[in-house]
Amino acid sequence: MQTPTQPGLPLDEHPPMTTNALCRTCRVDTTLIVALVQEGILEPAATRDGEWLFSATSVVRVSRAARLRRDLGVNTAGAVLALELLDEIDALHRRLARAERHARDV
Amino acid sequence: MEFRDYYAVMGVSRDATQEEIKRAYRKLARKYHPDVSKEPDAEARFKELGEAYEVLGDPEKRAAYDELGSQWKAGEEFRPPPDWQAGFEFSGASFGDGDAGEASDFFEALFGRRFRQGHADERAWQPSGPDHHARVLVDLEDAFSGGTRRITLRSPVVEADGRVRTREHQVDVRIPRGIVSGQVLRVPGQGAPGPEGKAGDLYLEVRFRPHPHYRVADRDLYLDVPVTPWEAALGESVRVPTPGGVVDLRIPPGTGSGRQLRLKGRGLPASPPGDLYAVIRIVVPPATNEPARQLFLRMKEELPFNPRRSLGV
Repeated sequence: MQTPTQPGLPLDEHPPMTTNALCRTCRVDTTLIVALVQEGILEPAATRDGEWLFSATSVVRVSRAARLRRDLGVNTAGAVLALELLDEIDALHRRLARAERHARDV
Repeated sequence: MEFRDYYAVMGVSRDATQEEIKRAYRKLARKYHPDVSKEPDAEARFKELGEAYEVLGDPEKRAAYDELGSQWKAGEEFRPPPDWQAGFEFSGASFGDGDAGEASDFFEALFGRRFRQGHADERAWQPSGPDHHARVLVDLEDAFSGGTRRITLRSPVVEADGRVRTREHQVDVRIPRGIVSGQVLRVPGQGAPGPEGKAGDLYLEVRFRPHPHYRVADRDLYLDVPVTPWEAALGESVRVPTPGGVVDLRIPPGTGSGRQLRLKGRGLPASPPGDLYAVIRIVVPPATNEPARQLFLRMKEELPFNPRRSLGV
């Protein structure tokens, strides 16, 4: 089945999402969103009339947390820990790449 | 179809206990989970592992699988025995891997179609199909001119006769200009089809394929530029490539190796665009013939210079 070329829309240019929209998109229930906010791994970009609004890029984090929880048999705290460690590894890889570049340049 | 050696996939012996199999699964799942692993074939390995665990982790299915005997080798041509499944009853899938319909032909011949047994909160009725998450490698040049990438997705589809089949579906995705590594693209309506025909969305995490010349740091690019000793010493205007086209780079007199010269706005497009850093590499011509040797000897005699002074020697 071949469809015409589809536009790829950068998530960071999407409008912010309500908690409900985020839940629908990621197929999770609100308790996961609340837990991720309480754990400090997800931050509402803004609040409107007391309601949380999330950047659309949150879809990636929330889906990843849900997959880790489902596939690795860990609870939400475990998934959060994994996400944090993955972020840290990513940051270290970037620093390492910079350091290697610097070492070559000097 | 090819025989699958589930014991080899999980790295356990045929007499492993259920507890050992579970431990092996947990360990390998952490290693190959596509969200965790940096291995290039992680997704395929994780699926293979999920399938192996679905069989070996379930004592009923494992017993049936063991019935096939231990003489089979992975990859060997295989047909299920004619009386297959006669003596077994499967009490439904006990383990649900993330994506239904992605089991191997081998698995399906033995145990039939697999259905999604997702986490409780994902089982709620959904009008649209599941979203797909995938990664795509794009060329740096795509960030400059935009580009198109063909993505192949496999998703389960309920057909008119009520049977579930895996359908491969290809979608050409337009990569917008100005994309950077790590950004996620949403492609509406290109996930898996849902019960009411409305498909989920496709989420594509974009990464740059390593480039032979340019290194990327956020929106900046780094390019090694080889120069001759006289270009570095006397200064010169040299031609250098940039993804946006060849430009002239002015090398100031007395430029040392490793010096970074900035070409403002020649990095990845954005507002403001990134910069391109030309990293100077001084390259020495070989002194393999007599005239070249004479030139270097003259420099040695007439240019008193100790580059190791700062080292105190």
